[in-house]
Amino acid sequence: MTSQAQVAPLMAPPIDYAALAPLLIVLAAACIAVLVEAFLPRHQRWPAQVTLSVVAIGAAGLALGLYAGNGPAGITTLADSLAVDGPTLFLWGTLLALGLGSILLIADRSVEPGGALIASAASRAVVGGGAGAEGIAPPPEDRSYGTPGLAPTMQTEVFPFTLFALAGMMAFCAANDLLTMFVALEVLSLPLYIMCGLARRRRLMSQEAAVKYFLLGAFASAFFLYGLALIYGYAGSVRLTDIATAAVGTARSDALLLGGLALLVVGLMFKGSVGPFHTWTPDVYQGAPTPVTAFMAACTKVAAFGAILRVLHVAFGDTRWEWRGVLWAIAILSMVIGAVIGLTQTDIKRMIAYSSVAHAGFLLIGAISITEQGVSGTLFYLLAYGFTTLAVFGVISLVRNADGEATHLSQWAGLAKRSPIVAGVMTFLLLALAGIPLTSGFTAKFAVFSAGLGDGMAPLVVIALVASAVAAFFYVRVIVLMYFSEPAADGPTVTVPGAFTTAAITLGVIVTLLLGIVPTLALGWAGGGGFVG
Amino acid sequence: MSPTYYLLLSALLFSIGAVGVLVRRNAIVVFMCIELMLNAVNLSLVTFSRINGQLDGQVMAFFVMVVAAAEVVVGLAIIMSIFRTRRTASVDDANLLKY
Repeated sequence: MTSQAQVAPLMAPPIDYAALAPLLIVLAAACIAVLVEAFLPRHQRWPAQVTLSVVAIGAAGLALGLYAGNGPAGITTLADSLAVDGPTLFLWGTLLALGLGSILLIADRSVEPGGALIASAASRAVVGGGAGAEGIAPPPEDRSYGTPGLAPTMQTEVFPFTLFALAGMMAFCAANDLLTMFVALEVLSLPLYIMCGLARRRRLMSQEAAVKYFLLGAFASAFFLYGLALIYGYAGSVRLTDIATAAVGTARSDALLLGGLALLVVGLMFKGSVGPFHTWTPDVYQGAPTPVTAFMAACTKVAAFGAILRVLHVAFGDTRWEWRGVLWAIAILSMVIGAVIGLTQTDIKRMIAYSSVAHAGFLLIGAISITEQGVSGTLFYLLAYGFTTLAVFGVISLVRNADGEATHLSQWAGLAKRSPIVAGVMTFLLLALAGIPLTSGFTAKFAVFSAGLGDGMAPLVVIALVASAVAAFFYVRVIVLMYFSEPAADGPTVTVPGAFTTAAITLGVIVTLLLGIVPTLALGWAGGGGFVG
Repeated sequence: MSPTYYLLLSALLFSIGAVGVLVRRNAIVVFMCIELMLNAVNLSLVTFSRINGQLDGQVMAFFVMVVAAAEVVVGLAIIMSIFRTRRTASVDDANLLKY
C-alpha cells in the first residue's frame, strides 16, 4: 500500500456557479419549501408552496436560458463530478418544463375537492378497485387536517418532495462519476417513493404502490451499487472518462468491467422501466395519485435515459462491441413485453404504463447507437414522449365517477358523446404515442430509428417497427371505444378542469403538435454538442 | 491474507441478500436483506480500495452508509404506514394491483 503521509493538502474544488445555477436554485427552493411546511400556518401553505415551486422552476429555467444562450462549451465542475454539456443543458430544460407541468397538475384543487393529494380521507370506504379488500382492519383514527365543514386542505408536503426529486433528476443526468450518479439516483427516488403513497382516497392501492416501488427500487439500486464497486475494482476510479481509459488501456480480464456494467445497467434500466426490469411500472403507475404518476412517467424516464446515454457513451462507448448484443436483447424484450401485454390491459393507467415500457425499448435503440445522431435522436424522443405522457395523465385525471377516477377502460366507452373536447384531445395524444405523422411521436420515432439504422442495427429497427404497429392497436382500441360505443348509463363524468390542469394539458398538446410539425428547432437543440468527458 | 477472500465474502453476502429479497415474505425482512446487500457492497468497496492502494473506496463506503440511512428512514415510514392500514407487513397480502 502506498504511504498516505505525503498526500497533498486538500483543496476545495472550484465550482462554476453559473453552470450549476439551475440545479442549485431547485435544490435551494426544495429546502425553503421544507421550512415553509414547518413554519407557515396550514391555510397559507398551498399558495406559498405553489408560488415558491413555480417561481423556482421559472428562475431555474431563466438561469439555464442565460447560461445556454452564450453557447458555452461543455465543462465539468465540482471536482469533475458534474458535467454541464450540450445534452445536460437539453435534459435540464426538458426536466424543468416537464416539472413545471407536473407541479401544475399536482397543485390543481378544482378537479376534486382538496386535490388528488387531499390531507384527510373523505371517502375511505372506497378501497381501490374494491376487490380483495375484505378482512382489512379499518384504519385507525386519522389526524384530522382542516376544519370539518370547510373545504379540505391538501397535503402540501408533496411540493418539497417534487422539488427534491426534480433536483435529483437534474443531478442524475449531469453526473460525471458513478458515485454522484448513485447519490442523485437516491435523491430522486426517495421522494418519489413517498409521493406514490400520498393518496388518501384510494389509500390501500396507493400505499401498496409505494411499498412495491420502494422495495423493488431499493433492490435495483443495490445492484447499481454493486456494479459501481466492481467497476471501481477494475478501473480504480468511478469517473466515467477514467473507466473508458481503463477499459481500453489495460490487459486485465474484462470480467470485472462487464460484470460491473451488467449490474449497473440493471439499476439504470429499472429506473427507465425498460424491458424485463419493468415489473414495478404498471402497479406503481396505477396505484399512485395520477398527477404523481404524470411526474414519475415523464420526468423519471427523461432522467434515467439521460444517465443511460451518458454511461454508455462516455464510459463504455469504446467497448460497445462487447455489450451491445445484450442490450439488443433487452430492447427487443422491452418492446415486445410493452406491446403484447399492453394489448390485454383493461385499466387505462396500466395500459399507458405498458406503453411506456414499449417506448423505453424504442428509446434504448437510440441510446445504444453510439453516434451523434443516436444522442440527438434519443434526447428529442425524451422531449416528445415526456410532454405527451404528461398531457395523457392530465386527461386521465379528468374522467371521474363518484368513486374518484374512472380508469377502467369500459368506463371510457362513448366518452366522445359526453365530452367531445376531452375525447378529441385524448385521441390526438394517443395517436402521438402510436407515432402517427404530424405528431411528435412520429418525428421522434423517425429520429431514433434512423439513428439505429445509421449505426447498423437494421434488424432491431425492423422489430421496433413491428412492435409499434402492434402497440398502435391498443391505442386505437381506446379511440374506437370512445367514439363508437354507447356510453354506459352510470358512466363517468368529465370534470371541467381548473386553470392549472388546463394549462398543463395545453402545454403538453401544443408541444406534441409543434414537435410533429416543425421538429427542426428542437432537433437542432438536441444535436447541440456532445458529451464532455 | 489475500484481500480476494473479502471479495468472495462480499459476493456471498450480496447473494444471500438478493436471495432473501426474493424468497422472504415480510416487508421488514425483505428490507433487511436489501441493507445486507448494501453492506456487502461496502465491504467490496473497502477491499478494492485496499487492493488499489487508494482512499477513494473507503470514502465511497461512507457515502453508501449515509444513503442507506436515508433509505431506512423512508422505507420504514412507508412500511409503517401500510402496516397501520392493513395490520400486516406481509408483501403477499398487498395484492390489489395486478395484471
